[in-house]
Amino acid sequence: MQKKNIVDRIWDFFTSIKLAIVLFLLIALSSIVGTIIEQRAEPQRNIELLSRLFNPDIAPTIYRILDTLQFTDMYHSWWFVSFLMLFAANLIICSLDRLPKVLKIVKEEIKPIPVEVFQGLPVKKEVVLNKKPESLKETLKKVLKKHGFNLSETSLKDETQLFSQKGAFSRLGVYITHLSILIILAGALIGIFFGFKGFLNIREGMAYTVAFGRGMNWTPQDEAMVENLIEAMNRAKGDMETAAQSLGVTGQELKRLLKRYGLEPLGFEIECRDFEVDFYGHSDMPKEYRSLLIVRDKDRSFEKWIEVNDPLKYKGYTFYQSSYGTWPGARGIFRFRFVSKDGETLLKEVQPLQEFDLPGGLKAKVIDFSPSLAFDETGRPFTYAEQLNNPGALVEFNKKEFTRWILKRYPQTWQLPDGSILQLLDYWGVQYTGLQVRRDPGVWIVYLGCIIMAIGLYITFFMSHKRIWLRLVPEKNGSRLLIGGSVSRNREAFERAIERILKEVQQ
Amino acid sequence: MTSSEFFGIATILYILAMIAYITYLAFRNNTVGMVATTITVAGFVSQTIAFLMRWSEFYRLLEETGIIKSPLQGLIRSIPVTNLYESLIFFVWCLILAYLIIEGRYKNRSFGAFVTPIAGLALAFIELTGMSKEIQPLVPALQSNWLLAHVMMSFISYSLFAISFATAIMYLITTTERRNESGYIFWVLSAGLAIVILLSMGIDYLVFKVGRPDILFKKGYLFKATFLNENTFVSIISFIGALFIFFVLWRYGYLLKHIISTFNITPDTLDEITYKAIAIGFPVFTLGGLIFGAIWADQAWGVYWSWDPKETWSLITWFIYAFYLHSRLLRGWRGKRIAVVAVLGFVAVIFTYLGVNLLLSGLHSYGSMK
Repeated sequence: MQKKNIVDRIWDFFTSIKLAIVLFLLIALSSIVGTIIEQRAEPQRNIELLSRLFNPDIAPTIYRILDTLQFTDMYHSWWFVSFLMLFAANLIICSLDRLPKVLKIVKEEIKPIPVEVFQGLPVKKEVVLNKKPESLKETLKKVLKKHGFNLSETSLKDETQLFSQKGAFSRLGVYITHLSILIILAGALIGIFFGFKGFLNIREGMAYTVAFGRGMNWTPQDEAMVENLIEAMNRAKGDMETAAQSLGVTGQELKRLLKRYGLEPLGFEIECRDFEVDFYGHSDMPKEYRSLLIVRDKDRSFEKWIEVNDPLKYKGYTFYQSSYGTWPGARGIFRFRFVSKDGETLLKEVQPLQEFDLPGGLKAKVIDFSPSLAFDETGRPFTYAEQLNNPGALVEFNKKEFTRWILKRYPQTWQLPDGSILQLLDYWGVQYTGLQVRRDPGVWIVYLGCIIMAIGLYITFFMSHKRIWLRLVPEKNGSRLLIGGSVSRNREAFERAIERILKEVQQ
Repeated sequence: MTSSEFFGIATILYILAMIAYITYLAFRNNTVGMVATTITVAGFVSQTIAFLMRWSEFYRLLEETGIIKSPLQGLIRSIPVTNLYESLIFFVWCLILAYLIIEGRYKNRSFGAFVTPIAGLALAFIELTGMSKEIQPLVPALQSNWLLAHVMMSFISYSLFAISFATAIMYLITTTERRNESGYIFWVLSAGLAIVILLSMGIDYLVFKVGRPDILFKKGYLFKATFLNENTFVSIISFIGALFIFFVLWRYGYLLKHIISTFNITPDTLDEITYKAIAIGFPVFTLGGLIFGAIWADQAWGVYWSWDPKETWSLITWFIYAFYLHSRLLRGWRGKRIAVVAVLGFVAVIFTYLGVNLLLSGLHSYGSMK
């Protein structure tokens, strides 16, 4: 036996089915572990989970082992990524190994075949017709053209052969599909190395010029530093040079600092002007939530309402509406709409405890507040949630003459004794919008890969390479027609097609 | 009549059809076979009516809440496949449709006894887990036109995979007979597990829904009458009973081979149906389940792939079926071995679909039971 060199051996290793199976098993089994262990979660959560699965005493030890093996963030671990890379190599080399042979078949012109080969074709039909071969030929050409076969013709010694093929390229469908997987992986890698994935929680009325990366653990000193950096960036309206000067560092140093703390300079300012939630009927199930974002760049600024499934895109960054909440310890502004008895409307924005005048000589002051207020059976108000589901303001009128709880979602609480209406529009400035921020230069490559994959799969599973040979042998009163063919997949459908062709010829 | 009444009729008809198909397999009486098909078609018609009615109910609800902007958008977004209950029903609908097509094409009713129990399992699961059957308003993430394509295509592929599971089991039954053969043991274990689960869900149903409707369990009735019974003795008896079923199936399972072979169905035909179901299901799953899912996730959450448990399990399922398709090309992997792969593929489908929702957390939590 011939001795193999190292390149051949590596090649053989990567083309081996065993490697494919082993990799497949490794990826599948480790993925299963990854769906059970919560990824990138607080250690405590997984320790609790492990305590339920195993003995609570050994749960922390198991956690430490899993953590060391990077199972707590396994889809980004070096070993899982290596599996994926090996899988890609396997795919490339297996495809390359088989491609030349397939390309040869695809390029090959169809030729007349000897009788023995014809006998061996998987699909064969035979009929005797009362037409001479010459006149039959024309009918055949016409009928087969309708089915997409352009017949070529050769006269052999005692018969005429007509032959054609179509869909030869469909044999490449598999390779197109394999290529698409590689394109998707390439796009994903570009996203990982050159993209940014993070978040930004912006309180109503606040603006940022940086976004936060995920998975950062800051010490208290770090936090002070981060606050400094953000403040400097915000003051400079996102301009790196100005911010660097104000901090007394060079632009390069600032860049490095930002990177160390996982801060992504956006290059523009983004503000949350307003945040709103709509609920279904009287429930607390959100129907829709949206934020009014304002983008301020050097030469332009614009605003856009974003909601789930409708993000904001600017300069390669995409801002997705992903969550919302109440900013701890924030103080806001009450926004009221006053409608007097004679229909005069007035908007008021007031601070808590700030006295304000209303037409008709009313003096009002907000003296208490609840984020989500409801009334129990006895009519007593109680707070039922921390979120701003139904904010309520306790308003004192005319220096303790009377007080009212005014609730945003309960119109019956807006009525005042004299027939005017004081509606609570919003407690503005305490909610934040949770934005997912992403810059992914690879996403278009991933989409391209997906389109190619769809095409590749279609070619692979719904098209086939069909070859057909017709032999015309002269008989006494007509001719004998023998049809034979081969197909790369779905033989039955091909057989039915040939039967249809025969029927049409006989007509 | 309301949509749930029509659906109730369909459920009863499907269960009757299941019994009829199994009877037909056992006794080979053509009248029974005709009856089985008739019942199935009637159930399918009833379910189709129920589905369309629920669709229009859902449409009206969305119209009332005012989140739709045009009639077409409303039609696309109100398709009733937005929670676990609706999706299981849609799965059953696809499965029965696919089955009726195959029965017509191959002029053979023997598959019925293997496919209808899968529908039976899904329906019993709906009844016993106490999942919400209400029409629920859409949470913001589900208000997207991708809903229609992503969910419907996923379930079309799941039902095709279910067909391939049934025919792969039949293939293993018809190609093995020695009790120590690994293929034989494999099908006994998989089919036995399905039978045990189906039976114990049937017992749950009889005990709680028919016998003691006053008993309410917060987390559903699943296996409470048998394996998870409060009485340890009953629970132990149930496990012994299950083992007994496995034993009987193992001891006398080879008889099934002879029964099936009298139905003029060759292992090659079974292998072909398995392959065809997967060959159509796989591209549909790839495009609708994975690619459309990724595009939607990208638009809603800003990540096209986040290794969320649902995504990861879909990928595992995809890998298994990709492996099935490739292994047909390998020497020595035709026949029994790849039938085993087809069975495992469907086990992964079940886990992707139910296991992840019930056991693991993730972004797809609106598929949960509450």
